[in-house]
Amino acid sequence: MANLRIDNLNKSYGTARVLADIGLQIPDGEFVVLVGPSGCGKSTLLRMIAGLDAVTSGDIYIGDRLVNTLAPAERKIAMVFQSYALYPHMDVRKNMTFGLKFTGVPPAERQRRVTEAARMLQLEKLLDRYPRDLSGGQRQRVAIGRAIVREPDVFLFDEPLSNLDAALRVSTRVEIARLHQMLKATIVYVTHDQVEAMTLADRIVVMNQGVIEQVGKPLDLYYEPANLFVAGFIGSPAMNFFAARVESIGAGGARVVGPTMQPMTLPAAGLAAGAELTIGVRPEHLAIGDRGDFLTSGTVELVERLGEASFAHVARADKKRLVVEIRGRETPKIGDVVTFAAGMRDVHVFDKGGRRVETVTA
Amino acid sequence: MFERQLKSAGVHLLLIAYSCLAVGPILLVVMNSFKKRAAIFGSPLSFPDFTTFSLIGYNKVFSASHVVLYFWNSLVVTLVSMSLVLLLGAMAAWALTEYRFRWTTALSLYLAIGIMVPIRLGSVAILTMMRKAGLNDTLTALILVYVAQGLPMSIFILSEFVQQIPRDLRDAARCDGVPETRIFFEVIAPLLRPAIATVAVFTIVPIWNDLWFPLILTSSDSTHTITLGVQQFLGQYITDWNSVLAALSMAILPIVAIYIVFSRQLIAGLTAGAVK
Repeated sequence: MANLRIDNLNKSYGTARVLADIGLQIPDGEFVVLVGPSGCGKSTLLRMIAGLDAVTSGDIYIGDRLVNTLAPAERKIAMVFQSYALYPHMDVRKNMTFGLKFTGVPPAERQRRVTEAARMLQLEKLLDRYPRDLSGGQRQRVAIGRAIVREPDVFLFDEPLSNLDAALRVSTRVEIARLHQMLKATIVYVTHDQVEAMTLADRIVVMNQGVIEQVGKPLDLYYEPANLFVAGFIGSPAMNFFAARVESIGAGGARVVGPTMQPMTLPAAGLAAGAELTIGVRPEHLAIGDRGDFLTSGTVELVERLGEASFAHVARADKKRLVVEIRGRETPKIGDVVTFAAGMRDVHVFDKGGRRVETVTA
Repeated sequence: MFERQLKSAGVHLLLIAYSCLAVGPILLVVMNSFKKRAAIFGSPLSFPDFTTFSLIGYNKVFSASHVVLYFWNSLVVTLVSMSLVLLLGAMAAWALTEYRFRWTTALSLYLAIGIMVPIRLGSVAILTMMRKAGLNDTLTALILVYVAQGLPMSIFILSEFVQQIPRDLRDAARCDGVPETRIFFEVIAPLLRPAIATVAVFTIVPIWNDLWFPLILTSSDSTHTITLGVQQFLGQYITDWNSVLAALSMAILPIVAIYIVFSRQLIAGLTAGAVK
């Protein structure tokens, strides 16, 4: 096991810049999830750590060893692919031991590791089967087993659950979390699914268009998104945004007005009169009522009933989305004009450039 | 429903007609090889019966000439050429699709020219070249020519198949620490088996049947191939049809045998990608 350090990493294909100035430190044993929309460069970053894609500039260290020019096998990493990438013409046992043959692991040791991994992943009965005879979940377990037997310094997962159906995805997710606790391994895990990111990660790296938007613990990202992108990306349904402006600064704080919200007062720290802002409130933090620091209203257009909650889609003057989560059995009817309220600590404020403005100190 | 059946019947009728057209001449050759000379000309379209049946052609072929040697020569030339074409073709296909280097495009184009320009155009140059290399009248000369003839098409076809092998598989092997040569031989090559079978059949048939290059590159009896050997029964004034037909019938057998060996793989190769 080892730590992983990435310094000023850049990747370009011709003139197209895919990754820009990526810097990241991952301590030994940490589970880090790279998350972002497709095309944000997260998979490229993972492939560069693995050594499958070349570095344009910058350095990658695994356990204080500069690995930029080393082949994947020399980096002591193991990768699990979205497509499982099992060798179709080898049985499960051979799939797991094939690579060990070339890295100087003696046969007895190979068998020991396979037995160990098979026990861990409940693959004992499948060792003599071929990949074509396995279900998707079993294949993914074999792929993880193949990574485990290599006893790598760093595990790399590239969207390992994307090809599984919903139920299997949840159980395999739990399995991976359990495995991390057992192995105490350094793991870099790529996904576009924020639920996977939130549930698995010690720390999440949110990426967008080739740059890191924010690095932090799952709940820190949720409660204190550093910018508009992270605010909109983490959380489902996504955060609602309201255009606003600081009208004046008084003794009680900054008076903020906007076309689709009622005027409110924010603590003045970091705000200047006339500044344009974006106010963000998550659907689950809005409630029906007119008592709160933040108030907005609109006509209910659609209600989605999920059971444990319902989502009311509300029309507002500037045509932007407004979704409100409603708990319980009573839901507003379509066509109702409703006022929603949120407390001060659930209001996120972003400046003109989209960066978070700290308002609440308490 | 009825319309679909009609359509399917039409298609089958066409296919049956084409099969007859293709098999007809071969059947005629095999049939007549078992008949007396008079019967070959008297009733060429009838099957051999008690009065017309004769093995004289086969007897003559085995006693009068070096047919067994010719067969051996053909077999050596065909199998060695095929092995080289498949090995080099698969390796080149892998290299051209997997590794990007400065000359990739140029090299691919150069090989494409090999598909477009018939190798027979270079006959004179090939002949002089072989002379100068001291290779004329050897099987080696034939093998070299056939490898050159078969390579471009096999690289072209195999490249398509190599591209269909998922990228992740090669990446996984690399992460596993498998050396590049072993990735090719132990991961890629086994997956190319249907494609290799297809290319094998496409490669073998023209080599086995070729008359031109044995004619210009081999002169002595000991290096003749079966197709050239048969020619000695065709004279300017008299043709020994019994022997010609018998030798030709036998010449079909190895190809049929090879086809049967590869056919299961071949069908998989031809339909690969059609059904996911």
